Amino acid sequence: MAAQVALADVTIGQELLPLTVTLTRLDLVKYAGASGDFNVIHWNERSATQVGLPNVIAHGMLTMAGAVRVVTNWVGDPAAVVDYSVRMTRPVVVPDTDEGVEVTYSGKVGAINDDGTVRIDLSAVFDGQTVLGAAKAIVRLA
Amino acid sequence: MGMNRDMVGYSYPPSRPYFVSAEKIREFADAIGETNPVYTDVAVAQSFGHTTVCAPPTFPIVVTMAAMQEAFHDPALNMDFTRVVHGDQRFEYSRPIQVGDELVVTTVVEDIRALGNNDVATFRTEVTSHGEPVVTGWSKLIVRGDE
Repeated sequence: MAAQVALADVTIGQELLPLTVTLTRLDLVKYAGASGDFNVIHWNERSATQVGLPNVIAHGMLTMAGAVRVVTNWVGDPAAVVDYSVRMTRPVVVPDTDEGVEVTYSGKVGAINDDGTVRIDLSAVFDGQTVLGAAKAIVRLA
Repeated sequence: MGMNRDMVGYSYPPSRPYFVSAEKIREFADAIGETNPVYTDVAVAQSFGHTTVCAPPTFPIVVTMAAMQEAFHDPALNMDFTRVVHGDQRFEYSRPIQVGDELVVTTVVEDIRALGNNDVATFRTEVTSHGEPVVTGWSKLIVRGDE
């Protein structure tokens, strides 16, 4: 694999370029189809509210997919990501609107390891709150 | 009654092979809002030293979630799948998933424990292609108990 970032160029605390993603109901439909996760709470408002949710919510895995884009945009080669883990702490609520809702992803270098890898600590914010916890990617650099 | 703790350590039979296609990778990348050509353009993938197009990092969920459905609906596990919330997810990669892979998933019930009124079940999903390791996933599912 060939990362486009060299280990020597990285410093702890360095911030990666953030990314804001807009999600509409259509995006949830496309993700349901692409992932095979047809859980009704991700497209059906009646079902979502029946189980106590405020409205339809995005798949947690869709948020997980968004956050790691900060890392792959930075490192170039997706194969450089050797480990990726998140906790899904809060839902991203997606009402039926044309403009959708925004999730902002950001990341910074949390640690530089002895084996040529770095840890990127990621955050995902929706409506002023974090929706992912302990989100981290281990990246092997050039 | 909760989930059946006797199932901890149980390994489900391997899933049927999933054939990874360029079009499915393209569809998945588009669905997550990705425009990075590394997932659709062979020349870009090759410039990073790959033989063919790779899938985005969370793509394994396509096969691991499907494989875990057998466990979710297994009466022996006693999991109320209508109350399941996805809590944690981790992937440890041997290599990225690529076009041409034939992915087989083995699901193992790694842990079941109580968290207040809820059960938390950890499933380990080992993904191979032609017998070689590709990625291992760990999914923590929370089964909401009665309030």
